[in-house]
Amino acid sequence: MILPALFFYLFASICVASAVMVIASRNPVHSVLFLILAFVNASGLFVLMGAEFLAMLLIVVYVGAVAVLFLFVIMMLDVDFTQLREGFIQYLPFGLVIGAIFLAELLLVAGGWVMNPNVTKSITAAIPTNVSNTEALGLVLYTKYIHYFQLAGMVLLVAMIGAIVLTLRHKVKVRRQDINVQNARNPELAMEVRKVATGQGLQDADAGSWVK
Amino acid sequence: MTITTAGYSLLPVLPELMLAVGAMVLLMIGAFNGPKVTGLVTTLAVCLLVVVGAAEIMLPAGKHVTFGGSFIVDDYARFLKVLAIIASAVTLILSREFLADQSRRIFEYAILVLLSTLGMMVLISAGDLIMLYLGLELMSLALYVVAASNRDNAKSTEAGLKYFVLGALSSGMLLYGASMIYGFTGTVSFAGIAAEAKTGNIGLVFGLVFLLAGLCFKVSAVPFHMWTPDVYEGAPTPVTAFFASAPKVAALAVFTRVTLTAFPGIVVQWQQVVVFVSLASMVLGSFAAIGQTNIKRLMAYSSIGHMGFALVGLAAGTQEGAQGVLVYIAIYVAMTLGTFAIILTMKRNGQPVETIKDFAGLSRTNPIIAFFFAMFLFSLAGVPPLAGFFGKFYVFMAAIKSGLFVLAVVGVLASVVGAFYYLSIVKLMYFDEPVGKLDPMRVELRTVLAVAGLFNVLFFVYPAPLVSAAAFAAKSLF
Amino acid sequence: MAEFWTSTLWPLIIMVAQSLLVLVVLLIAIAYILLADRKIWAAVQIRRGPNVVGPFGLLQSFADLLKFVLKEPVVPSSSNKGVFLLAPLVSCVLALAAWAVIPMDLGWVISDINVGVLYIFAISSLSVYGIIMAGWSSNSKYPFLSALRAAAQMVSYEVSIGFVIITVLLCVGSLNLTAIVAAQDSKWGILGWYWIPLFPMFVIFYVSALAETNRPPFDLVEAESELVAGFMTEYGSTPYLLFMLGEYVAIVTMCALATILFLGGWLSPIPFAPFTWVPGIIWFAIKVMFMFFLIAMAKAIVPRYRYDQLMRLGWKVFLPLSLAYVIIVAAVLQFGGLAPK
Repeated sequence: MILPALFFYLFASICVASAVMVIASRNPVHSVLFLILAFVNASGLFVLMGAEFLAMLLIVVYVGAVAVLFLFVIMMLDVDFTQLREGFIQYLPFGLVIGAIFLAELLLVAGGWVMNPNVTKSITAAIPTNVSNTEALGLVLYTKYIHYFQLAGMVLLVAMIGAIVLTLRHKVKVRRQDINVQNARNPELAMEVRKVATGQGLQDADAGSWVK
Repeated sequence: MTITTAGYSLLPVLPELMLAVGAMVLLMIGAFNGPKVTGLVTTLAVCLLVVVGAAEIMLPAGKHVTFGGSFIVDDYARFLKVLAIIASAVTLILSREFLADQSRRIFEYAILVLLSTLGMMVLISAGDLIMLYLGLELMSLALYVVAASNRDNAKSTEAGLKYFVLGALSSGMLLYGASMIYGFTGTVSFAGIAAEAKTGNIGLVFGLVFLLAGLCFKVSAVPFHMWTPDVYEGAPTPVTAFFASAPKVAALAVFTRVTLTAFPGIVVQWQQVVVFVSLASMVLGSFAAIGQTNIKRLMAYSSIGHMGFALVGLAAGTQEGAQGVLVYIAIYVAMTLGTFAIILTMKRNGQPVETIKDFAGLSRTNPIIAFFFAMFLFSLAGVPPLAGFFGKFYVFMAAIKSGLFVLAVVGVLASVVGAFYYLSIVKLMYFDEPVGKLDPMRVELRTVLAVAGLFNVLFFVYPAPLVSAAAFAAKSLF
Repeated sequence: MAEFWTSTLWPLIIMVAQSLLVLVVLLIAIAYILLADRKIWAAVQIRRGPNVVGPFGLLQSFADLLKFVLKEPVVPSSSNKGVFLLAPLVSCVLALAAWAVIPMDLGWVISDINVGVLYIFAISSLSVYGIIMAGWSSNSKYPFLSALRAAAQMVSYEVSIGFVIITVLLCVGSLNLTAIVAAQDSKWGILGWYWIPLFPMFVIFYVSALAETNRPPFDLVEAESELVAGFMTEYGSTPYLLFMLGEYVAIVTMCALATILFLGGWLSPIPFAPFTWVPGIIWFAIKVMFMFFLIAMAKAIVPRYRYDQLMRLGWKVFLPLSLAYVIIVAAVLQFGGLAPK
């Protein structure tokens, strides 16, 4: 099976390379575009693993919605990139030290790695062939893991309320259109026909508001 | 009564379900009626919390486990949940004035507090790492929002943003740790981890350290305390009162539960972490508070120090220690809420005053408030026979019994240093010239102050209910 | 070597050949669909439309193609060149990629994957990137405004399309496009297709498809009276051609998707001979044409929406409506005992 291997290396290498470019590129919009590329390749890797549902979901949710909004915001940012980079050199040694510590820790952990047999068991467990993986997910998500699912839903609810609380402002001066009011308008409501004497103009007390 | 879903018994989560459904109903009431029902929604939210707390107490006694072990209701969970609910409810009561302001009538505030409380309850009852994470996120996400809820105030926005960014970082660390623990034990449930984690495998210890780092952030223990002063200062004062009470209960609860029930096999490994964190928090909390001029910042450092003291009990790793933690946190909540009731009272001509100097001569202008405040400060410092003393007494006894003499000695020394800044405020109140009269105290603040103050002063007369409840609760962990 | 040939190379060649075949047929079809679009538009306005190149103007699209290809591509000096040139490619390639899973007859599909609907949904959600990239990289005001509009508009309408797809999935119990068509196969013919029980969703899908592909009356992204030509303002020659191509392919994809979800794909509307003798592809093509006719008529008849009206329609009308319908359909299937196994 040379093709899957070929595609694996293709997806994996592009994924890693674009992940590097996310942090390396100078322009934040390019960063986001590379991030998207990384997502797409990651979903390619999911497909190779047989997790097609997750792959599509990754694209729909992350690439199709999250990254779009992300890009939307980044495009409108007016950031001076040279200024951003000023602190970079200054903090670089500090960052490198922390990075080195993390790397050392990771190496230590990897060196002392004894994979627990339970984990290996669950990773290598045969994928059931009689159900598609969408179905397989659905079978446990709403039964065995209902509590996680509902709680995650509550977290999203909080996020939604939070976004509304922090950003929605009803400005008084903004003109809003109420579609129902608009549709209910008819000539009787909207206008009044008056006889205006020639050369006299409007003589009513409320003429000012009419002229306006 | 058996209600089930997907084969899981729902009885143990009944209070949580009530809270979730109630919060959504209140959200609908608010969404359809707009900001004018803010007061009503807040009142109903307090009622809901009372009902949920009652339901929690009335659940059949004993230990209930549901959702395949990921949700545990035992005496420990009940004790802390009731405490967290009380703290949330009192915070909502304290917030009424803040919400009454025309520009800040956001009914969502009460909903967010309710949902945050839901997160705390889940967190306290969490029986596995996923539940822990979800509870933590639910709690924190709502907290980030309420921190920034005073939208037109730059400091409040800054507080929210800072808390969010650092909170996200800590969540990342926690998840990283959790994934490592999963990798080395092959399970996410605490019971399963306890069965697997018998040796101090290096990967497991790394995972544990990262997990504890994430939790330390939530209890604002050194070295993950940096956000605390800024957030406490920037957030609206009722929100600060909330931050200082309920989330601390939940975070400390899960801290204790994780270490004691998931890692009893490697006590030595986590004990050193907890000892360090506790030492550092006590010392930093005491010394850094000295130079503060803003009362909210001072309370932030005070809470850092108090978390250090509470963790002393955990460091002991014994049932007595756990009991100490529970007594400590309960008393801490009472002291904090009482203190914040006073801080919220500090208004002159409708403008809140937050600097410590504004307390000068309070004994002459408002003798009762000054008396209670002095009592709270003495109690926070740990002066007998006030409640705060008992909290410290239990944790230090537990530490000494398990041979952590250094920790106990440093703790006592730190509380002596801490006493310095608490007492300096007392001196300011009683011996300095008054700077002007305060606005009259609102009735709900008075009530909270009276209850918390009397609890604080009279705790030594009859400490048995709290102490024995804590003892029962601690017993259920072992 | 022989094994390598049979297991890898030969299937690869077959796949490439199939893809090329679909591509060529599709592109030729697009040429005439474009012409049809213009003719329909012209007919509504009592004009003749293109009628010079070839008999009845049949070769008009090819003339346009030649014209675009032969002109010099101009890249604005202040643009972000890489992204500027990548954008039309992204737009066109993504639109074409959707056709990999569309079954044009029983078994006439390049790749019959399990999650076909999701794949198309994913690909169509990506199509916004072509527009955003073009708008941003042009470094010009109108294209940028257009990109912002596109981002908000397409994300908004994806939500309701998602719900429409979910209702169909509930009825079918599969994400496979072939299975979706097969589920509509009954002795009732045209009356058994999903457009009857799911009629409100069919309408929502039709309108959302208009918005998703930036067709009038929702073509705010390229509204010529406000934004010159929107994100395509700075484009010319082949890159512009690629955009146009991508746009029309996306429209036809939406028509094909509507055909599969609601109009029984390749099934004959009248389920007995001699109608069942007609090859499925013919029926499929006719239905796609019908859908396209509806879309073209909308362009000719309906005036353009204002942007806030567009957003209101998406979020305040379609979203609650489709959400409610999902719940109703789920409830009916569950409690009516109609749920697919």
